[in-house]
Amino acid sequence: MAGFNQSYISLDKTPVLKSFKQTFRNWAFRRTVETGTVVLNQRRIYIIPSKQGFVFALVLALMLLGDINYNLSLGYILTFLLATSAGLTMLYAFRNLAQLEIHAGHIEPVFVGEQARFVFHFNNPSSLIRYQIHLHDDAEHETVFDLPAQRSTPISLAIPATQRGWMDSERLSLYTHFPLGLFHAWTYIHFDVRALVYPKPAAPQTLPAASAQDGTGKVMAKGDDDFSGLRNYVAGDALPRIAWKALAREQGLQVKQFSAQQGYSLWLDWAQLPNIATERKLELLTRWVLDADAQGLMYGLRLPDGEVMQQHGTAHRAECLRRLALYGMGDK
Amino acid sequence: MKLSAPLIYGLIACILLVSAPHAEHLPLWVSALGMALLGWRTFLTASARALPARWLLLLITLSSVAAIGIGFHTLFGREVGVTLLILLAALKLLELRAARDAIVLIYLSCFIIITNFFYSQSILTALYLLLTLLIILATWVHLQTGSLAFKPRLRLGGVLLLQAIPLSLILFVFFPRIQGPLWGMPQDAYAKSGLSDSMSPGTMSKLSLSDAVAFRVTFAGKAPLREQMYWRGPVLWDFDGTTWKRGINATLQAPTLADISQPVNYTVTLEPHNQHWLFALDIPARLSIAAGFAPDFQVLSPDIVRTRTRYNASSYLSYRANLNEAPLQMRRALALPAGVNPLTRQLAATWRAQAKSNVEVIQLALTYFNRGGFEYTLEPPLLGLNSVDDFLFSSKQGFCEHYASSFVFLLRAAGIPARVVTGYQGGEYNDLGGYYILRQADAHAWTEVWLAERGWVRFDPTAAIAPGRIQNGLSESLPDNAALPFMSRNPPQWMRDLRFNLDAMANHWNQWVLGYDMERQFAFLTRLGMEDITWQRMAFNMLGGIFLLVGIFTLILLRRLIVKQHDPVQAAWIKVCKKLAQAGLPRPAHEGAQDYANRISITRPDLAQPIQVIAAHYTALRYLGTNDEDKLRAFKSAVKNFKTIKGRE
Repeated sequence: MAGFNQSYISLDKTPVLKSFKQTFRNWAFRRTVETGTVVLNQRRIYIIPSKQGFVFALVLALMLLGDINYNLSLGYILTFLLATSAGLTMLYAFRNLAQLEIHAGHIEPVFVGEQARFVFHFNNPSSLIRYQIHLHDDAEHETVFDLPAQRSTPISLAIPATQRGWMDSERLSLYTHFPLGLFHAWTYIHFDVRALVYPKPAAPQTLPAASAQDGTGKVMAKGDDDFSGLRNYVAGDALPRIAWKALAREQGLQVKQFSAQQGYSLWLDWAQLPNIATERKLELLTRWVLDADAQGLMYGLRLPDGEVMQQHGTAHRAECLRRLALYGMGDK
Repeated sequence: MKLSAPLIYGLIACILLVSAPHAEHLPLWVSALGMALLGWRTFLTASARALPARWLLLLITLSSVAAIGIGFHTLFGREVGVTLLILLAALKLLELRAARDAIVLIYLSCFIIITNFFYSQSILTALYLLLTLLIILATWVHLQTGSLAFKPRLRLGGVLLLQAIPLSLILFVFFPRIQGPLWGMPQDAYAKSGLSDSMSPGTMSKLSLSDAVAFRVTFAGKAPLREQMYWRGPVLWDFDGTTWKRGINATLQAPTLADISQPVNYTVTLEPHNQHWLFALDIPARLSIAAGFAPDFQVLSPDIVRTRTRYNASSYLSYRANLNEAPLQMRRALALPAGVNPLTRQLAATWRAQAKSNVEVIQLALTYFNRGGFEYTLEPPLLGLNSVDDFLFSSKQGFCEHYASSFVFLLRAAGIPARVVTGYQGGEYNDLGGYYILRQADAHAWTEVWLAERGWVRFDPTAAIAPGRIQNGLSESLPDNAALPFMSRNPPQWMRDLRFNLDAMANHWNQWVLGYDMERQFAFLTRLGMEDITWQRMAFNMLGGIFLLVGIFTLILLRRLIVKQHDPVQAAWIKVCKKLAQAGLPRPAHEGAQDYANRISITRPDLAQPIQVIAAHYTALRYLGTNDEDKLRAFKSAVKNFKTIKGRE
């Protein structure tokens, strides 16, 4: 894990330093995972001068030397005014973070390759607007926001999902350089939240044949006639299913749903897949789950570690995808 | 990060504000180029055009650096440094691409402010400094926040600055002063001003056009009469036909005084003039700072006077100076350039033959000036090779340097040792501050003649032509249409008062702010009651004061974090609950408003009616979504009138 912000702390020159820094940070800063609401009190907020702050201190030192050498009384005044206002911004930086109340929000599952949006609700109970707060993870995914006074604001940090399964939020840093950028005031937040990441859907494929029970093959287009309503678009939905008319009415991207046709049911069976890599199999099954759901079919999922009975509907779809996401993870 | 247009305008304003005061002394083309660059940047921003190419900027940079090098004949020194800094800041604006560049510009503008203090540190400059800092801070905040509107930005900058002022004051008072300089100054660090060590026709009249203050004087006791106030400066011995020079004293003999009167004690605050000499009342005897007395009573400081200097001095108004003058010096006091001014020599020879004594020759000369139809003017005609002849016999118009010069020439031609003394004469009394102001316009030249038994005696030929000049000042002795500086004229009373007020203010500023050096600091801290002043003690006091103030600011700043109960309905209800709790009827957390009211009604029937009304109001306002100003007011007044104890009113 790299430093909390490369541009302000540049200690990670060598692996030794890096590991030393990590040890120090683990020792110095809390590492516990938190639940519920976190209030940023003075014990949680750390402040050090930023790189800019050090440069400015150097500028001030140069100015002071000039004042002494040329005996410039007004120069002393200027230097002191700048130095004291710069010093005071430390209080402002602290105040910009202090007393914020944070709790983690609901996180929508995503597919591999998409961005998981970790949502945090920032409540600012005071009458001060908070400016330019940065929330970022160790891999430099960052979001910057202002918080209006006396309001709770949901803030989401998008982190690309690269692996199926549970994705932890890791420890996040919250920092501000307000108002002059001379001080780096920060805190860590590490909530007990995780995003569920579904496998990446494979390229569109025809669905397997429907089960032998009724002998019909692939579901025909006529099944589409039983329109039952609209639901919000989810990545992976088939393009022909998109309700273009609804989009034209500015109702957002929606997908037509169809009531399941009695008798049209199928099994998405791991055992019937060709001999390909496990992940490819999961991706293919994911694709089929999405397609079957989009076509309003009754479908079930058979995996080596169990099966999901034939069903249809949003909850069923979510359960199937969850099973696929967590397949082989030992964490149900 | 993309820099927004308002931010760029802010940065342009910063650079403009910090460089504008320099326009006064920058070469015209530099000011024009700077303005053109700022204008160019403004245009590019306003029309959302791309910045100029790097090679073009490089070309402009290199050619302007070359032009500066050629114009100043050097690329080192203060003047050049300031010029380069300003041009580079303006050029940096044109390659402003990222937030990092903006920060560089902000730091640069802070630095340019300080260079302005080489030229001026007046009260106005200080006020301008505050304005500039406000704009810089507001722009800086803008750079960090981006979203903040202009007014809150300005307010935040203003609040920061206001909080910084008392802190800076503490730092200013307690920060240990070190006597500079720490390293050698560049040659051009200071410009000479005021009197020089040579005098030719026009030297003094040029100075008399300047309002600038030369020095200020506070007398310890009663001040001498105005016509006795001759402030001695460079003494000029050597004449080459047009110019008088100090030359080299031919003796190391210390000057001597005899038959002295009571001393006059006073304090001089001398503005830096970047020369060696100090000014003191004729004839100076002692100074409080290290200073040497030349054999001709000129007071010389070992160092060039580069900062405002304060010293106490004692002088004698009646004296016999150098009764035994060194023979070599006497020879200098009689030397004349060969061949020039034959008419003057002739005149002197006639007088020599007529007169029985040296004093008589002097009388004849003064009478000649007094009766010869001479005119005292600031704009005398140009003189030829025989300048003294031309003046004495044809033009007859001159300023003090003409009179002093020709008087000395006449006496030397008559065989009487004489020399020219330059300095200041008179002074303007500021009754508000209780001190005298000597301006450049008071610059004067007079003469000293050596007489046996009396030593060097002062004669002022100007007094023979224009006695008003000595008694009342320059404006009294010149015609009304003479081009005198405004301050030297006689303005109405209110203007005089205002002028004196301003000068008194400037004097305090000079003494206490600009002149706050090691010595002043010790004096001031002692007056504050600090004993045994040491660096540690000063640092301790400084930190103490800073901590105290920062503590106060912390309280003020963090107070706004405390969450107030903002719902008026809830606040009023809590008030009622508190009143009842005091009466021994607290509300448990789980009990609803109506249940609570019912319970109270049973235990305290006397309160039943008001509490039921309040509970009903509360429920309606809080839970039924009633949002009515009248209802709220009724609820509030019911709460206000609610009393748990009967019969109090």
